[in-house]
Amino acid sequence: MGMAAAESQFHVLAVDDSLIDRKLIEKLLKTSSYQVTTVDSGSKALEFLGFREEEEQSSSSDSPSVSSNNHQICPSGVLNFPWNHQEVEVNLIITDYCMPGMTGYDLLKKIKESSSLRNIPVVIMSSENVPSRISRCLEEGAEEFFLKPVQLSDLHRLRHHMMRTKKQEKQENQEEEGESENKAEVQPQSSHQAQQQSNNSSSSSSSSNKRKAMDEGLSPDRTRPRYSNGVTTAV
Amino acid sequence: MDALQLKRQLITFTELLFREGFLDEQFHQLQQLQDEKNPNFVVEVVSLFFEDSERLLNELAKALDQQNVDYKKVDAHVHQLKGSSSSIGAQRVQRVCIVFRNYCNEKNVEGCLKCLQQLKHEYAIVKTKLEALFSLEQQILAAGG
Repeated sequence: MGMAAAESQFHVLAVDDSLIDRKLIEKLLKTSSYQVTTVDSGSKALEFLGFREEEEQSSSSDSPSVSSNNHQICPSGVLNFPWNHQEVEVNLIITDYCMPGMTGYDLLKKIKESSSLRNIPVVIMSSENVPSRISRCLEEGAEEFFLKPVQLSDLHRLRHHMMRTKKQEKQENQEEEGESENKAEVQPQSSHQAQQQSNNSSSSSSSSNKRKAMDEGLSPDRTRPRYSNGVTTAV
Repeated sequence: MDALQLKRQLITFTELLFREGFLDEQFHQLQQLQDEKNPNFVVEVVSLFFEDSERLLNELAKALDQQNVDYKKVDAHVHQLKGSSSSIGAQRVQRVCIVFRNYCNEKNVEGCLKCLQQLKHEYAIVKTKLEALFSLEQQILAAGG
């Protein structure tokens, strides 16, 4: 897997319990030339990712495990997926926040706590603009927080995260620290992600709009992108 | 009517729907996502919305009919409906959902019932409008447009 792989299609795993929203996000992602797999729950997402709790805890095994006894088809009609997770590379996970059972936040946590999965960028979507929720997700390691309904222009920013992660896989944590540490408190910033504002010139590439997390647990170049504060459907 | 006249009709009709707030920009986004690979995308998504909404409206009626209303459940249904209406751009429906959730928070059963009636009403209207829109599109196709 050389740099050429970065040019090939990225694979996004989309998680949402709403059938309509799954259909929408799938179309948005496909239109953006990503490969897509959709699942309707956090637990199915983890299964697809080959998350094995026991393995994670022993943190020694990185060999693929194939479950031959699970051939469930998600009721929404989502594809059967191969259980050998090594064959399936996921470059980004985009998940709804509000889901029954495991929320998007729970899923995010599990992924970031997993030695094998933590490098996969995670994006959270929500229909509700709740600043504390947004901060919490960003603090936990989410790359972006999108307000629903997600727009095509929002997805333009994903490529940056997926490419950066591919690079990271090449050079472990060699990337320079371009920004100084900020306080852990994420404060609302203007611009970004306003559904109407899709022409933000400072989008994607690391720029002054992004903030760094102070949390030691996160890799030094992880940035905190701006999130929406000004866009409210009056709730 | 020939294709051109029908197209004009479609444009006028669509503009009206936007102007009157039945649909918002999100519906336009849906239309833009439709392409040759998915020529029925909008109809498919909207059909899902119809099914989902009808199910939820029934659930809401049942939930509000209980002796002891489970407001959490009611709120969950409304939240779902708010989400799906927002996803397809059914603005008026979405707005009633917002008011509805406030009444849920207040555990105001009368307010909730009023909202449910409003929801049914708004849903019925937008459904009719969307079906008319799709019908026009079909006619245009049939007329070779």
